[in-house]
Amino acid sequence: MTLAEQPSLESVDEKIGGNTLVEDENLEQYLTFIMNGEEYGVDILSVQEIRGWEPVTPIPNAPVHVKGVVNLRGIIVPIVDLRAKFNLDSVEYGPLTVVIVLRVSFEDGERVMGVVVDAVSDVYGLSLEDMQAAPDLGDHVNTSYIRGLAAVDEKMIIVLDIDALLENDMRNPTELNVVH
Amino acid sequence: MSIDLSQFHQIFYEESYEGLDSMESCLLDIDCSNVDMESINTIFRAAHSIKGSSGTFGFKDVAAFTHVLETLLDQIRDGSRDIEPDHVDLFLQSVDCLRNMLAQLQADEPVTTDQSNVLIDAFNAILDGSADSQGGGVLSEQETSESSVENDSGDDGGESIWQIHFVPEINMLRTGNEPLRMFRELRELGALTVTALVDKIPAFEGINPEECCVGWDLLLDTTAHKSAIEDIFEWVVDDAELTIDEVAGLFGTSSVDDLESTVSEKTPDQTLEKNVEVETSITKKIAPKSPPKAPEALSIRVGTDKIDSLVNLVGELVITQSMLGQLGEEFTMDKLARLQEGLAQLEHNTRDLQESVMRIRMLPISFSFSRFPRMVRDLSRQLDKKVELVLIGEQTELDKTVMEKIGDPLVHLVRNSLDHGLEVPAERLAAGKSETGTITLNAFHQGGNIIIEITDDGAGLNKEKIRKKAVESSLIGEKDLLTDEQVNDLIFRPGFSTADEVTDVSGRGVGMDVVRRNIQELNGTIEVSSEEGKGSVFTIRLPLTLAILDGQLIRLGEQKYIIPLVSIVESLQPCAEDINHVAGGCDVFKLRDDYIPIIKLWEIFGVEPSTKELSESLLVVLDAGADKVALVVDDLLGQQQVVIKSMESNYKKVEGVSGATILGDGTVSLILDISDMIRMAGAYHKSSKVVSINGRHRAA
Repeated sequence: MTLAEQPSLESVDEKIGGNTLVEDENLEQYLTFIMNGEEYGVDILSVQEIRGWEPVTPIPNAPVHVKGVVNLRGIIVPIVDLRAKFNLDSVEYGPLTVVIVLRVSFEDGERVMGVVVDAVSDVYGLSLEDMQAAPDLGDHVNTSYIRGLAAVDEKMIIVLDIDALLENDMRNPTELNVVH
Repeated sequence: MSIDLSQFHQIFYEESYEGLDSMESCLLDIDCSNVDMESINTIFRAAHSIKGSSGTFGFKDVAAFTHVLETLLDQIRDGSRDIEPDHVDLFLQSVDCLRNMLAQLQADEPVTTDQSNVLIDAFNAILDGSADSQGGGVLSEQETSESSVENDSGDDGGESIWQIHFVPEINMLRTGNEPLRMFRELRELGALTVTALVDKIPAFEGINPEECCVGWDLLLDTTAHKSAIEDIFEWVVDDAELTIDEVAGLFGTSSVDDLESTVSEKTPDQTLEKNVEVETSITKKIAPKSPPKAPEALSIRVGTDKIDSLVNLVGELVITQSMLGQLGEEFTMDKLARLQEGLAQLEHNTRDLQESVMRIRMLPISFSFSRFPRMVRDLSRQLDKKVELVLIGEQTELDKTVMEKIGDPLVHLVRNSLDHGLEVPAERLAAGKSETGTITLNAFHQGGNIIIEITDDGAGLNKEKIRKKAVESSLIGEKDLLTDEQVNDLIFRPGFSTADEVTDVSGRGVGMDVVRRNIQELNGTIEVSSEEGKGSVFTIRLPLTLAILDGQLIRLGEQKYIIPLVSIVESLQPCAEDINHVAGGCDVFKLRDDYIPIIKLWEIFGVEPSTKELSESLLVVLDAGADKVALVVDDLLGQQQVVIKSMESNYKKVEGVSGATILGDGTVSLILDISDMIRMAGAYHKSSKVVSINGRHRAA
């Protein structure tokens, strides 16, 4: 290899390396799903699998949106109905109803849980710049679990912070309310 | 030879902790006026092997500290010093210190030597003190007792020449010791001259490479202390003829030359040969003991009998499987009976196998009990009380997980018994009791449970005081009528403490409720019975294992639940006239002579039952500790063994439910937590203004 060749090779390397780096840093892949006509996105890295709806075992005294638990290959997985969680009208579950099994990380470790959605839509690469912070909707609407709003092909995608969304339901009460 | 020593670290830690445990228990047994030499030897051996292996692994701080410990022990062992209570205290502190050091090493943290330095100083003070009173030779080891007083001057660190006469026993190489290594280490201390004593070497055809027939005379010119030289030989001193004498001035340099000239060339060759031998024997010794594993993997020691029985069972399983396989290949209906027989056998095998596998997880409760002698000893001194601790049923086996979780509650209970239960000697004498109080820990099996009883012969619970405190902290109303049992039960309430003063030991009122909660988390119960002036008994009832449960499947509406079979007393169809309605919403059922409260699962779980008419449902009578309750269910389904799955791993603790399981058809069914459910029912009725503490009722 001659001295003259070296710089040019290096610059090519840099260019390729640089470009892929830019993509890695800023573009994150999101799985989107449809609920009530709106499209929501979750970080695809937290998605473990997508399953059809199957009957659940209800949990006594659980919040309305926690439908129950199912057996996922030997582990007990809670199922959350996002429609109920978002106060949307409930619909009959049919063969097309989809459960997205997510791995969410909370303060006390990783949990596996399923969310019921109307349908799975697409996978998009979104960068943080494409995303716009959630509008402040005042006191009565909690927007803390919305990571941002993104526009893709004239559509708006609501990108969810799935960890923040589900953590409250799954947290153990710090002190078991012992009533005597 | 390159062995990655780090793979043995875990074993080192385990063995060291075991060594420390045995040291501790022996130390606690020592009666200073009548010393049992065997226990001193045990302590010495434990210290010695910790020192040796920590040196091997390069944990210098640990090795240096144990060395000092060992020096004193050695003197006690060879009778040149009597053990005193102070020594025992010091040794016990050292055990604690070593535990800390090991824990730090295990966590890859730098070892703090503050504590050990203080202790080393204390040891040295003892050692020096006796050197004054008993003259020289105390610092030297047993085998060098003939060494003269002047040797101590050599310890000061001036340059001196040491003559070492070292003739190992013929078997030294077989015990894994390597003279070449020792000489190499000696060489690091200074100029070394080695003379081999070859007169005992047999004729060539008689040479056995595993035997060491050579002795050595060594001359070492060094500034090092005599103790440093002794250290190098410490593994072999018991099996060798060894003298270490200071010779500077006695021998001229010419004699050194003389000795040098007699060095035989045979030595290096032979030792090299042995070198290989020794190394392989080391690998052989260690290899089967430690399959390479992740450094943090927790291990469990299993008796070989348990493993043998597993192997047998697996063998039987294979036979049954092949029998069934054969049957299935050319199956005709007339072979049905044989098929059923084979399936029954399979079921039998599976159950046996399951039991055997569960037994592997079982450990004797002595693992948990063993910490108490030390704790009781320390605490009783702190509190100036005289206590005798009696341990019964230490061999009772218990699941490892349960054992780990029961440790802290037990510690708490024993502390409480010591601090609150037992009186100080003066009070005991005044009450006509012997000065020394007794705390008894008793473990035994009863049905599918393990029972642990903590008994003390102290003052017992002061019911008046408890009542008063409970009224003060408004846990109960002033006019509530409570049975003795209910009063005793008050001590398990959060924030309850009868201690007038908060002490180091207990009294902050954050105790018994946590104890009860921890035990309930293990599906267990705790009760206390007490007689004033005579003492109290805390009874803990725990399931043997957390992984598998015999369950009764019940149906309520469309839901199926599992009730732990152990808590079911009986099931029956009630007659309408046996059910009485108590004003306010709680129903009671007359079971023979008792009235027992009825729990309606649909009320507390919010499930729709098939019928709310009690006379059309079934009642399952449950035993929840001392009291009984009747649970209303729609139907009883089958009984089966279920594998308990945690709800908390992916969800959270659900009230009234202890876990979930997967039924034969793949669906999930929840396992009811009886005591939690009773509490919920109590809360439900309390909200409807019914006086029913804990949902319990006591028939007269």
